[in-house]
Amino acid sequence: MSSILIRGGRVVDPASGVDALRDVLLKGGRVAGVEKPGAVRDDAAEEVIDAAGLVVAPGLVDVHVHLREPGQGYKETIRTGTAAAAAGGFTSVVMMPNTMPINDSVETMAWMLSPDRGASVRLFAMPAATVGSMGRELTDFPALRSAGAVGFTDDGKPVLEDAVMRAALVAAARVGVPVSQHAEDTRLTGGCSMNAGALAFRLGLRGMTAEAEAGIVERDIRLLREIELAEKLRPHLHVQHVSTAKAMDLIRSAKAEGLHVTCEVTPHHFMLTEEAVGEYDTHAKMNPPLRAETDRLAMIAGLMDGTVDCIATDHAPHAAHEKEVEFERAANGITGLETAFGLAMRVLHQGQGMPLARVLSLMSANPARLILPPGHGSLAVGSMADVVVFDAGAPWSFELGRSRSKSKNSPFDGAAMLGRVKATVCAGKVAFRG
Amino acid sequence: MTAAAEPYAIQYAEGSLLSVTHLTAAEVAGILAMATRLEQMSPAKRSQILAGRRVALLFYESSTRTRTSFELAAKQLGATTTLISDKSSSIEKGESLKDTGLTLRALGAECIILRHNASGAASLLAKTSKLPVLNAGDGMHEHPSQALLDLRTMLAHVDGGRRKTDVNPRSLDGIAVAICGDILHSRVARSNTMLLPRLGAKVLLCGPPALLPEWASGLGPGVAIERDFDRALQQAQVVMMLRIQKERLAGLEVDLADYVERYQLRSERLPAGVVVMHPGPMIRGLEIADEVADGPQSAIEEQVSHGLAVRMALLVRALGAHA
Repeated sequence: MSSILIRGGRVVDPASGVDALRDVLLKGGRVAGVEKPGAVRDDAAEEVIDAAGLVVAPGLVDVHVHLREPGQGYKETIRTGTAAAAAGGFTSVVMMPNTMPINDSVETMAWMLSPDRGASVRLFAMPAATVGSMGRELTDFPALRSAGAVGFTDDGKPVLEDAVMRAALVAAARVGVPVSQHAEDTRLTGGCSMNAGALAFRLGLRGMTAEAEAGIVERDIRLLREIELAEKLRPHLHVQHVSTAKAMDLIRSAKAEGLHVTCEVTPHHFMLTEEAVGEYDTHAKMNPPLRAETDRLAMIAGLMDGTVDCIATDHAPHAAHEKEVEFERAANGITGLETAFGLAMRVLHQGQGMPLARVLSLMSANPARLILPPGHGSLAVGSMADVVVFDAGAPWSFELGRSRSKSKNSPFDGAAMLGRVKATVCAGKVAFRG
Repeated sequence: MTAAAEPYAIQYAEGSLLSVTHLTAAEVAGILAMATRLEQMSPAKRSQILAGRRVALLFYESSTRTRTSFELAAKQLGATTTLISDKSSSIEKGESLKDTGLTLRALGAECIILRHNASGAASLLAKTSKLPVLNAGDGMHEHPSQALLDLRTMLAHVDGGRRKTDVNPRSLDGIAVAICGDILHSRVARSNTMLLPRLGAKVLLCGPPALLPEWASGLGPGVAIERDFDRALQQAQVVMMLRIQKERLAGLEVDLADYVERYQLRSERLPAGVVVMHPGPMIRGLEIADEVADGPQSAIEEQVSHGLAVRMALLVRALGAHA
């Protein structure tokens, strides 16, 4: 087993409360030591990374990615997607099940998680909550959980029926993982391709209302309450990519009530508004859509006050021919693995004054604690040897043409970023050097 | 903070007309002046202006007025036209709009006139083909040549036609235009509502909430919603009626008897002196009564003739010719 010494950096590890100059020794795939500078001799490790002037933190964790395999390797493969993840400072990603076929079986999930996929970061999977993500019959939660599922979701669409969602929350609670919900009342959003409002009206596009998102969140919270009372279970609802002020308020109240609700926000929903659609720019088309400025500010408020548990990318690669089409027909989603950290640093740390440790919590400690098995998202001795080394003060701009993702569907080409990833170490091996 | 689309600074070929919002008042004046010059020119001279130039008409939706009018306009200027419709081309085989545009360009088309059922399609075609594109109606978005011909029709009527020369941001000062009916689905309504106030007009949008959401007042300054049709008519010098677009209703339910009662333009509620317009196709007996459509205050047929002149001007502009 290889060993790496990351020397002279400022270790910021929110999970263990460390923010100090430390040398980090990785050995046998684990964190073997976090010591005062100079305490570990260079020859203690086979490789030394000089982190003077840099920040050393737990590898980032993204609980919401689409790596498109099996079935859509022309958009992305697990190999290319995880290369992009490593370049973005991530060491763990959670794959959504809307593959072809849908990941609703132990076999498909085992194929996705296999070392043969050539991943350069850790892979986790959330299989479908219902067979074929058709919203009717639950998948085999116990078998999938035993095979490594870290949650259940029909992402891309919601679990719409009350009874089915209730059963999913109960079954997931019994195996100790969350149901991760794409909150969209699809009965209200047929034919819609952006946020409802004056801009959609002007562009002649049908719009998704905030109610279509908030309605499902409200319903799911009611189900949690009912299940806690009736079943003596404590189900965990994770609300994916919150985009509206209305839904954020509902989540804030549910947390205050003591229900087990967590949520994620994407960088694009705290960075951009519907104005980015401009003249039908399909790189600003995603689901949930970019919303109004009041919603964007509500995402920031939720991030600042702790209502939001984590930042997730919803990395959704699509080929050029799926985006270079009529807006209403264009595929939903953008890539995000290489831009998430730089945007979070710029918008939240630099722009909003969020402490660095908080940014890192939102991108590693918190998502790891909510979704991953123990040992991730921390640099405490004995944790996984997953580390990101970055220059916190370095401004840079994203060059889409140099993206490691197989697809180039991002609205952030040329966008200003802060915090340059210098090295990503995953399972004690260097996965990326910048 | 909201400017991520900026690196993709959109470049359209000069002479394109995708949205009325891309036109300055001076450009509008130039187009209308050109329309008048072309109209007054001898047919022989006119037919030299675009002699040998190639114009493609690409139609993904049925059309009578717009297609014929653009085609006749191009022919009167001497251009060669070719018509491609979705029903009889490789579009049926699944060819994308981008590839269709590139194919037309490779075949020598110098300008594409596009009618399409998706909002923003004209913008996509202009971006991908790099040719000048004239938007002949894209989904529910815009129909700019219609708004220009409507403007020309209005200028010919209001004040006895005294305002039709020297078009400027005050040309329609004091004029209120009521646009009534299915605003939600109407590209004509959007183009007119965004164009007319820039020449000084006030636009009153009229219709039931299902067909006229409050968001419509956000189309720009000078726009107001007046749900009571009679009150709108009392304030207006011009009234523009719209068809209910059954093909785009998508589940919306409209009580037609109630609609007719509240919003049909019939002689008993039409004040004297108000100019009646309709972009067509009309559904007589629904949004408009026969006696009004055919009556003395109707400028509906005249709109069609103005269409020819305006579209000639747009073609000359698109192809960078002089007249």
